[in-house]
Amino acid sequence: MKYKDYYAILGVNKEATPDEIKTAYRKLARKYHPDVSQEKDAEAKFKEMSEAYETLKDPEKRAAYDQLGSHRPGEEFRPSPDWGRQFSETFSGGGGGFEDLDLSSLFAGLAGRQGRRGAGPGAGNYPMPGSDYEAVVRLSFMQAFHGTEVDLELSALEWTQDGGMRRVPHHVKTRIPPGVANGEKLRVPGKGGKGMNGGPDGDLYLDIEVAEHPVYRASGRDIYIDLPLTPWEAVLGTSVRLPTPAGAVTLKVPPGTRAGQELRLSGRGMKRGSGAAGHLHAVVRIDVPTVVDDKQKALYQQLADSSNFDPRAQLEREGAA
Amino acid sequence: MSTPIDDALYLDAIAEVTWKELVGASGLPESEMIELVRYGAIVPRDPDAPTWTFEARWLAVAKTASRIRRDFELDAHAVSVVLCYVERIQRLEVELRALRAKLG
Repeated sequence: MKYKDYYAILGVNKEATPDEIKTAYRKLARKYHPDVSQEKDAEAKFKEMSEAYETLKDPEKRAAYDQLGSHRPGEEFRPSPDWGRQFSETFSGGGGGFEDLDLSSLFAGLAGRQGRRGAGPGAGNYPMPGSDYEAVVRLSFMQAFHGTEVDLELSALEWTQDGGMRRVPHHVKTRIPPGVANGEKLRVPGKGGKGMNGGPDGDLYLDIEVAEHPVYRASGRDIYIDLPLTPWEAVLGTSVRLPTPAGAVTLKVPPGTRAGQELRLSGRGMKRGSGAAGHLHAVVRIDVPTVVDDKQKALYQQLADSSNFDPRAQLEREGAA
Repeated sequence: MSTPIDDALYLDAIAEVTWKELVGASGLPESEMIELVRYGAIVPRDPDAPTWTFEARWLAVAKTASRIRRDFELDAHAVSVVLCYVERIQRLEVELRALRAKLG
């Protein structure tokens, strides 16, 4: 397993008092907690410091951790046979079986043993519900729109009958319903950890991340798309072929359409459950040619000379008032 | 043998969960969950009903409550205050996403 320097992670020295450890953790928690932090890699950093704190705040775990000796962070190591014998009563995996564990699983095992002595997992024969699992699912915009099936390979920590912990592979195939949004959480009932002594199985929670699409932008059930028009299309009106996630449609652009105006296509947004589908909004953008030849320039000049349209009339009037 | 496929469910206002399910999913002691309901951080469909039921979206809130409680070592009242801010941030993020979607 890879060594982690829990003291360095929390920024304290090896002689730190419990109060110093707690203060260091709380200070870092304020900065890196995923619910409040905007720091890059906040989630990974928070996970690491939580793991360090869980071990160092507990005198029994801290003593066992200290007995592992000093190694470089990331260095491969194995607890010595002496360590295994000394703490085999305390930790699952004691007696030499450390191959499948990482450092956090090794120390998480202590909770199981404490549980055997108290009221935690593994205690007695009363039903214990399985733990809930959580996994991140990354989808493309189109997968989120249409729904999809995903295969998840999870590596989960599970309690053993003797109150220890072990890592078990967990394969779940799940159907993601159409219309999920970025940041949404979904639940797959009964696909978490196994319950014990007749307790119910835990659930699997999926944290959905939807990648940005180059053309479509989702807002709840509504979808937005930019619709570039030429000046003459905006003035005269036109019909354009517009892509939508459910297939291209012909959109009629009325004469006198202005930039920023939204043309709404009812029911062409996200369809979710039994509710009505959202709408697709085509947001008009008026593009102008950056290069014009002499003939075109003359036509624009002719238009300018013959028109009395003043887009800044209101600005003049109200800016002076 | 092929792996069976399970449906992932929305946690929305339409689906419903029981009090027992909510407490189980939160991982918090029932007494602390009762406090969170008392403080209005988690709201039953009908607070006066003999048996509480909840919109499924409260599952996500209960899990956040549990995480905040554990990670910041807070009591139930402090958790209810933080949840209030988290909900406000989430609402603002939704508005921000909506504006960004409109503006492109």
